[in-house]
Amino acid sequence: MPTYSFTVNGETVTVDAPADLPALWALRDKLGITGPKYGCGIDVCKACTSHIDGEAFNPCVTPVAEIAGREVTTIEGLADGDVLHPVQQAWLEQDVAQCGYCQPGQIMAAVALLRRTPDPTDAEIDAIENVCRCGTYFRVRQAIKRAAELMRS
Amino acid sequence: MSIPTNRRRFLAYLVAAPTLTVAAKIGTAEPALAAVPTPPAPADLLDLGDILILAGAPTANLLTLTVDEDGGATLHLPRAEVGQGITTATAMLVADELDLPLALVRVVLDDARPELLFNQLTGGSNTIRSVYRPVRTAAAAARARLVAAAAARWGVPATTLRTEDGAVLGQDHRATYAELTRDAARTDLGPTTVTPKSEHRIVGTPTSRVDARAMVTGRQRYTLDLDLPGHPTMVRRPPTINGTVRRVHNAEAVKAMPGVVDVVVVETGVAVLAETFGQAQQGKDALEVSWNPGTVDDEDDDTIRRKLRAAALPFVVPPLLTQYQDAEFDFAFVSHAPLESNTAIADVRADRAEIWAGLKSPIVAQQTIAAELGLPQHRVKVHVVQGGGSFGRRLFFDAALEAARISKAAGRPVKLLWSRIDDMRHGRTRAASHHKLRATFALGNVLTFEHRVASVETDFGHGLGEILTATAAELPVGGNLSFAQTVFLTTIKSPYHFGVTTQLLNEVPLRMHTGSWRSVYSANTRGAEEIFVDELARRLRRDPVAFRRAFLKTARQRAVLDKVAVEGQWGKALPAGFAQGVGFHEEYKSCTACLVEIDARDRAHPRVTRAVIAADYGLPVNPRGLEAQLLGGLTDAISTTLTAGLHIDRGLPLEGSYSQFHYARQADSPTDVRIFIMPPSGEPGGAGELGVPAAVGAIANAYARATGVKPRSFPINFPVDFEPFPR
Repeated sequence: MPTYSFTVNGETVTVDAPADLPALWALRDKLGITGPKYGCGIDVCKACTSHIDGEAFNPCVTPVAEIAGREVTTIEGLADGDVLHPVQQAWLEQDVAQCGYCQPGQIMAAVALLRRTPDPTDAEIDAIENVCRCGTYFRVRQAIKRAAELMRS
Repeated sequence: MSIPTNRRRFLAYLVAAPTLTVAAKIGTAEPALAAVPTPPAPADLLDLGDILILAGAPTANLLTLTVDEDGGATLHLPRAEVGQGITTATAMLVADELDLPLALVRVVLDDARPELLFNQLTGGSNTIRSVYRPVRTAAAAARARLVAAAAARWGVPATTLRTEDGAVLGQDHRATYAELTRDAARTDLGPTTVTPKSEHRIVGTPTSRVDARAMVTGRQRYTLDLDLPGHPTMVRRPPTINGTVRRVHNAEAVKAMPGVVDVVVVETGVAVLAETFGQAQQGKDALEVSWNPGTVDDEDDDTIRRKLRAAALPFVVPPLLTQYQDAEFDFAFVSHAPLESNTAIADVRADRAEIWAGLKSPIVAQQTIAAELGLPQHRVKVHVVQGGGSFGRRLFFDAALEAARISKAAGRPVKLLWSRIDDMRHGRTRAASHHKLRATFALGNVLTFEHRVASVETDFGHGLGEILTATAAELPVGGNLSFAQTVFLTTIKSPYHFGVTTQLLNEVPLRMHTGSWRSVYSANTRGAEEIFVDELARRLRRDPVAFRRAFLKTARQRAVLDKVAVEGQWGKALPAGFAQGVGFHEEYKSCTACLVEIDARDRAHPRVTRAVIAADYGLPVNPRGLEAQLLGGLTDAISTTLTAGLHIDRGLPLEGSYSQFHYARQADSPTDVRIFIMPPSGEPGGAGELGVPAAVGAIANAYARATGVKPRSFPINFPVDFEPFPR
């Protein structure tokens, strides 16, 4: 079986896996990194949203071979030790999460948006397609706006 | 008015409960002056939550609360946390009563505890209502013992001591709970007086979730995140609901695929165990299987709608000498679709078994799995894991049972994941329903109000959470249908003085996988009524808010309606294609009003742009959590009213993912939401389900006012706008 090396949350890792194994399962089943969640497996619900080389990607439809040699950041790698990322901080302030299952993906999508667009409009926030079945969208929106403030100051 | 025969069975069922003495709370009804009074409905006297409280009462004091040697306290909660915030709310109750910082209170979900009988079911918006007193009593008892221990240690009367911030304080002494807990456990302390406090310090304060940090850092563990042995497992399922395996043609070839560990046939399909879920999925997709028919192969939306229309009971009042208004509504099947799909871990050995899953009825799960495996009940350990959403779904333990069967067949521990497609097609649904309403009126008053609900049978096979009532729900005589009648009659009531009011349910049994969906019958039944109320108001040339005000029964109800009318600027001018809509709902001793604005310039893609919600929960334990529940209810209503449903085609839902089942996204959600929690007015009422029905009414009414089109079938925009996945 081929082996693939890549960086996850700053650490270099190597996995034995078939080339077409979705990266989600390499992360979860091979490396025990469970922050990215399975919700659909076809890049629709976006619960697995993580970052590759600083941009949002969906490991449920990205073969492990494609992430070889690249830098992956999951929700576990977003905070700097005990110091939360401003988006995580805003999420706490707004008490966004209900069941919490989609929130790693929501947060990683929001971080990616704020990197591209430091002061997003409502229409730009609307473009985030991550499903929240608990229906926390309004608090997600408020938290993104709050995070934008925190990141400016 | 004829009394439905089922009422008799309903009463017989209720008197089996320990006491009926709480059933007399009817003195709060104050008739609107001019309206024709409506006598209280069963749900006014005794609602489903009351029954659950009564059923749980004999075991209510079996709650376990410990004061630990680190000075913190641990509450073992016999309920399931699935996002509704009960671990936070109960931690607040403990912290308040025990004078302990909230951060030092831990709430863990109890394993299945069969001795609790009816008291380990999470449903009916019942958790806080049922544990409010027992949890406070337990915490008060713990505090009293800590004080007694300190009094004995210092040789002073307990009455001279007080508690603060996790310590007992006297005039010259201070000892933390950590220092006192061993002494407090001594049996020679003598009796202590236990009186829960009347003043709250934390209860009623907006508080963030106790698990919020774990959730935003990815550390919150759901079932398949647990670090336990077990092979990733997925199941190939039949092309129609309840189909069974006739023959597997290529089991050996699939077993030889990379990463595949085993292939076993169980009642529900063919399971593939593998090294990773990716490989389990590839294996199940590669299987070639012949299938036996399912149980509803000849059914589709048309056949089911015809059955429902035929099943709707006739009206009692003929439209002879009075003016009248009729309306009919249809609601589609709806998937629960929690984002964490159906999952479980099972480790079945020859002499024992251990199960992990998000379970709202763990006792009946334990009992059923034990019987299935041929093990004594106490040899099956069932752990309740915090769940990634439920909305009623996790009342059923089908994943746990299936995982147990697979583990037994394969002789290995398994981690079972349902694919999203399977979760939507073979999982549970809210039953489709048809509604017929009629009101008669004269001189501006409503004289009669009739609602006939015909619904595909809702499965209550989980009973009250243990095997006795679960078995009763399966009995051929009475069985699930009388259980359903009990639930309907103890949840559905009209908040209005509309004269003689009858709301009747008739269910069509179809062997599909249905189940309670947040607010059970109320979302459709009360949602339809709120739409009908608007149409009635229009017919009588009354403003929808003024009309409701005139016929609501109590000042408390009118207060939430007034709140949204004022805060939402009811009646303000809006551009063409925009409109406001309002809805009201009362359930489980709580009430709410919802006012929305809709942009329906594009009728195929209307958007709710603003929402104002007010709710009276009696005693709001955690206002921030309650606001979250109302926000969720609003999003559920936006989804199911406008876009989200399941089409049934030849015995299977067509929808298989969120690209097809159109639950709302950020772009469908309002950019302005304001929620008002009314000040305390009593004891805690139900919370988790309250928000949906009022919002359904408000959204449909706004759509009707914006477009001039009366909505009759829900979701309103419901095309098959996708290529279904292969069966």
